[in-house]
Amino acid sequence: MIKLLYFAWLRSKIGQAEEQIALPEGVADVGGLIVHLQARGGGYADALANIDVVKVAVNQEYAPFSHPVKPGDEVALFPPVTGG
Amino acid sequence: MAVRVQEADFDLGAELRALVAGNHAIGGLCSFVGLVRDLHPKAGEAAGTVKALTLQHYPGMTEKQLAAIEAEARTRWPLADCLIIHRHGKMEPGEQIVLVACASAHREAAFEACQFLMDWLKTKAPFWKLEDTENGDRWVESRTADAQAAARWTDQKA
Repeated sequence: MIKLLYFAWLRSKIGQAEEQIALPEGVADVGGLIVHLQARGGGYADALANIDVVKVAVNQEYAPFSHPVKPGDEVALFPPVTGG
Repeated sequence: MAVRVQEADFDLGAELRALVAGNHAIGGLCSFVGLVRDLHPKAGEAAGTVKALTLQHYPGMTEKQLAAIEAEARTRWPLADCLIIHRHGKMEPGEQIVLVACASAHREAAFEACQFLMDWLKTKAPFWKLEDTENGDRWVESRTADAQAAARWTDQKA
């Protein structure tokens, strides 16, 4: 299983803050995971329509789309940060 | 040395006094406080457009990122102490959102470290602002200027 977290407008569009999913077959990295989520359609496709504005953290560290994903990981998807 | 992520407001004077209390090697204390605005200046909005601001964050990662940013500042400048307080949750215009304070023997380090911490915080700390306006809710978009401000510190190191 992997834990998925969504923040800001990705959370609004997807309609939930987090979920646990089995690591889909053939998915080895963040990029593959995003393609898998886009294919779910609906709010997922909407939230992930423009991946240029999607940032990723794996186990609470910023990660590129090429970063590997393995069972037990916590993967967060969110827009560019706007704190401060 | 401390990083705090909290919903509650903070007492600016008390925090600054506590930071330097008892350390007489400190010659300068520089602080920055971010406040909730009631308008978006670039959109040419009238004062009062923004009714409230809600800050969402990523518990766990936020604390890790802020601690890492603080540790980085300490490797770059000789700081006697520093403090980052960042609030989350719902706030009204005029409320304090964030405090960054740096104490050092001399002012240069305190000024520069304070600016560095804010620049990095703006681009790396996982917070997102949702504005409650007269025309409904809107997520604040990241600014290119913030990324450019943060990039200068990277360029300087290289």
